[in-house]
Amino acid sequence: MDDGSRIPASLRGLFPFLIALPVLALLEWLSGDAPFATYLFSIVGVNVILAVSLNIVNGMTGQFSIGHAGFMAVGAYVAGVTSLALKEQALSFLPVAASDQVFFVVALLVGGIAAALCGFLVGLPSLRLRGDYLAIVTLGFGEIIRVIVQNTEAFGRALGLSGIPQSSSVFMVGFWVFLVVLVARRIAGSSHGRSLWAIREDEVAAEAMGVNTTAYKVRAFVISSFFAGVAGGLFAHFVPIINPGSFTFVKSMEIVVMIVAGGLGSTTGAIVAAVFLTLLPEALRSGFTMMGAEGSLAQKVDQIRMPIYGLLLVVLMLVRPQGLFGTREIWDVLPRWLPRRRGAKGVPQ
Amino acid sequence: MSQLLQHLINGLAAGTIYALVALGYTMVYGVLKLINFAHGDVMMVGVYFGYSTAFMLGRAARQSLWGVALVFLAAMVGCALLGFLIERFAYRPLREKPRLTALITAIGISFTLSYGFQLDLGPLPGASPRAFPQIIKPNEWFIIGDRDVVIWNWQVLSLAIAVGLMLLLQFLVFRTRFGRAMRAVSFDHRTAALMGIPTDRIIALTFMLSSALAAGAGLLYAIKDTSVSPLMGLYVGLKAFVAAVIGGIGNVPGAVVGALLLGLVEEFVVGYAASTWRDAVAFGFLILVLLVKPGGLFGRVAAEKV
Amino acid sequence: MRRPVPLVLAALLLGALACEKKAQAPSAPNPGASGAPSAAGGAPAPAGTLLLGVATALTGGQATFGISTRNGIELAIAEANEAGGVKGQKLATRVYDTQGKPEEAASAVTRLINQDHVALILGDVASSNSLAMAEKAQAAKVPMITPSSTNPDVTKKGDYIFRVCFIDPFQGFVMAKFARENLKLSKVAVLKDNRSAYSEGLADVFVRKFTEMGGKVVATESYSQGDTDYRAQLTAIKKQKPDAIYVPGYYSEVGIIARQARELGLNVPLMGGDGWDSEKLFELGGSAVEGSYFSNHYSSQDPNERVQKFVQAYKAKYGGVPDALAALAYDAARVAVDAIKRAPDTKPASLRDAIGQTKDFAGVAGTITLDENRNPVKSAAVLKVGDGTYEFVTTVAP
Repeated sequence: MDDGSRIPASLRGLFPFLIALPVLALLEWLSGDAPFATYLFSIVGVNVILAVSLNIVNGMTGQFSIGHAGFMAVGAYVAGVTSLALKEQALSFLPVAASDQVFFVVALLVGGIAAALCGFLVGLPSLRLRGDYLAIVTLGFGEIIRVIVQNTEAFGRALGLSGIPQSSSVFMVGFWVFLVVLVARRIAGSSHGRSLWAIREDEVAAEAMGVNTTAYKVRAFVISSFFAGVAGGLFAHFVPIINPGSFTFVKSMEIVVMIVAGGLGSTTGAIVAAVFLTLLPEALRSGFTMMGAEGSLAQKVDQIRMPIYGLLLVVLMLVRPQGLFGTREIWDVLPRWLPRRRGAKGVPQ
Repeated sequence: MSQLLQHLINGLAAGTIYALVALGYTMVYGVLKLINFAHGDVMMVGVYFGYSTAFMLGRAARQSLWGVALVFLAAMVGCALLGFLIERFAYRPLREKPRLTALITAIGISFTLSYGFQLDLGPLPGASPRAFPQIIKPNEWFIIGDRDVVIWNWQVLSLAIAVGLMLLLQFLVFRTRFGRAMRAVSFDHRTAALMGIPTDRIIALTFMLSSALAAGAGLLYAIKDTSVSPLMGLYVGLKAFVAAVIGGIGNVPGAVVGALLLGLVEEFVVGYAASTWRDAVAFGFLILVLLVKPGGLFGRVAAEKV
Repeated sequence: MRRPVPLVLAALLLGALACEKKAQAPSAPNPGASGAPSAAGGAPAPAGTLLLGVATALTGGQATFGISTRNGIELAIAEANEAGGVKGQKLATRVYDTQGKPEEAASAVTRLINQDHVALILGDVASSNSLAMAEKAQAAKVPMITPSSTNPDVTKKGDYIFRVCFIDPFQGFVMAKFARENLKLSKVAVLKDNRSAYSEGLADVFVRKFTEMGGKVVATESYSQGDTDYRAQLTAIKKQKPDAIYVPGYYSEVGIIARQARELGLNVPLMGGDGWDSEKLFELGGSAVEGSYFSNHYSSQDPNERVQKFVQAYKAKYGGVPDALAALAYDAARVAVDAIKRAPDTKPASLRDAIGQTKDFAGVAGTITLDENRNPVKSAAVLKVGDGTYEFVTTVAP
């Protein structure tokens, strides 16, 4: 709390919203007739939500989850099915576009809640399991979700679910990105967050200090999977078809890589890494198209980007094993001549 | 009845190979506490080593005894070398860093190998699966009833090779100086270093051993299923990993038991229930085992010291 | 409490930067390479060049199909350019990898449309990917031809989406009819790939039609793409003693399935669909696949001069006999070229109309006439697998 401020505390909570909403509206307006930029922004946004939410479990609480794509799948399919069911409906007192957006938000919330429920179920075994074993349970959960989807007629089986209204927008994706970041930062700075950090650093000691580790771990899982579900729901509303192949173990791994590259526990690190790693393949593609122009070289090179992506990971870990920012946030590592926040040390190193 | 027997044979054959791969996961986890995600891909590379050796030998030579031996030797030596390089350049520099960083490196290597081998540049094989040459001439070894159950010579030979490799490993770990050093490093690598054990060398050797074992397992797998593809490491690796965890990761007999169990469970789900649910049942089985015995079947859950 | 403010700003700034950068990056190199964007259709390709977009899987599990597809397209384009191009312009392709994932396919298509301003789009193989692409192409009103996506839903996405292959229900019907009427089978087992919509689609139609025609499906088992051990399923099938097994999967799995079936003493013929067509089937299946039947778009053994010319040209350029995917891709590209020639200009709507009017087009995989649903009316060939070759058995008309 900053004592020097004259604004009432209740109003200060609204501050981020007052800034974020106009910025988002501006972005929406700017990207209006640039579909590719919109698409990229949406993909990046979804990955940021996934990374920041996974960071709550993996980074802040130190529980190693590698099944995040499973929660995303739950959210995507449940939100998709909800949207399909509501497709023909409209709220009579609203214009069609507005009522579509209302339904979209409803679908996202339903998807998020379904994912949160799954997060609760997966979080429960963490009462008994630690470290690597918990990781395997989350991995198994992700795979089981995939099999269930593949065998369920309502989810379109192997072909996938298509025809979901493409009602997503830069504004909506941006708003959820903003929300997840806000929640993650509020958690990190709260007493709740301190408990999570304590569990991360030493679970036994935390318990001895009176932290109800079970409750905190399960809560972290629920919050994290809720946002993963929302991310899935957003994904389903701008990718024309969702199919089980999009939510595999490899996808989970990509998200883990993002938060580790950004530095476990650092929200801004997760954001930067998610943005960077999502745009990297596209940038490589641009670069190669530029160099090789047309012809077979460019295509060969297009294939090379995946192995290069792998090598980059190895090199990054060798050069900077703690990730981009470690547990610090971006303003802690900015050059000294930039104005800094006072009392930045919020988190253990 | 004959069907049950056939299912048993199939399940055990699959389980034996999972076991060999799972042993690699378990050994590396034992000494480094690292889940070596690239293990399955190292196996895949080993199969390609064997594949090209078999082709260089030609049809007649590769079906002779020394030809088979040479194929195995080439694959295992090649993989041991690959394992050494990976350990030296990707894992060793991170030894004192948080365990997660090495895990990410492992994932990076796994990506590089599995996607790299899908390229069709130069000597790289390209994405499509290839038929693995029959290095063991198929021969019906044992027939029950009117060809109700057929056991082939290569199935018996594969089993013999697998059991042989496992016994060799058992001998290495429990009867040699290297094995004792390895167990010491696994127990506490700092103390082991203080006792004069060259931990770096032991860890490197463990990596080479587990990679060579993976190559052997991969070849048996390729002989059994007659094909090789760049993505095979991903599938087999994941299953073997699950097997290692079911048995209690870090535990050698546990990996074998876990793998055989997994092989049989998968086989019987497909044979007697619904084949579409195989993977879900495999992972469900894993979760069930972990819920009942959080350390895996043979793992110890050490009380945490404060 | 002030903490989130700079954070949010930073996040938004990052998002904005990323978004801005991507919008400019691809357009920057092109003017540099070619002077100014050419006027025709606003395509930022070198002047006098008409750019066609290709999105197909070059990596991942579907890579082999994607590579065949790309080769077929490039061959057709190279031939068109040798013949002088179209409308005084050379044709060029821009190929993006979809990795076999719908979201990558959607991204590739969005990029082709909005950054590269392609005149039309060719691709992909897997129907899930083509569905994602079709949605984007239809929304942007850019014509798209899929060479080999056989799922009926793809062309239902709208009037800009075409295909040059027959659809899944037809293939399932062909094989059911052939099994019942030509082979006179009554008990058949089905082994399908439950990760592939293609395989599921064929299997569903086959089961329905075969049962309607008085046959009996005694077992339905499934596997997952990438599996290499099918002994459990085959042992379960063996118990039911079927006369044949319908395996509507891809050659990469079918070859191995055939071997393992024989190994288990299951010596009945296998039947399948166009996913079988590859030289690799013989390599993977060896003698085990001999005597099996499958429905296909074309046969590389077809003595037809047009087909043989294509086979020779393909062999010369890439080595290896072209599979059905290459043939269909070749046809798709040639249909596109033909349409561009016939169209008054290269505006999307004119191209769409020109493609829609394709009639009696002599492709290597059959004569193509597009119906009002933008699907071709074609018959299927049933081939028998011999020793390293396919023997043409019969043609089944719609």
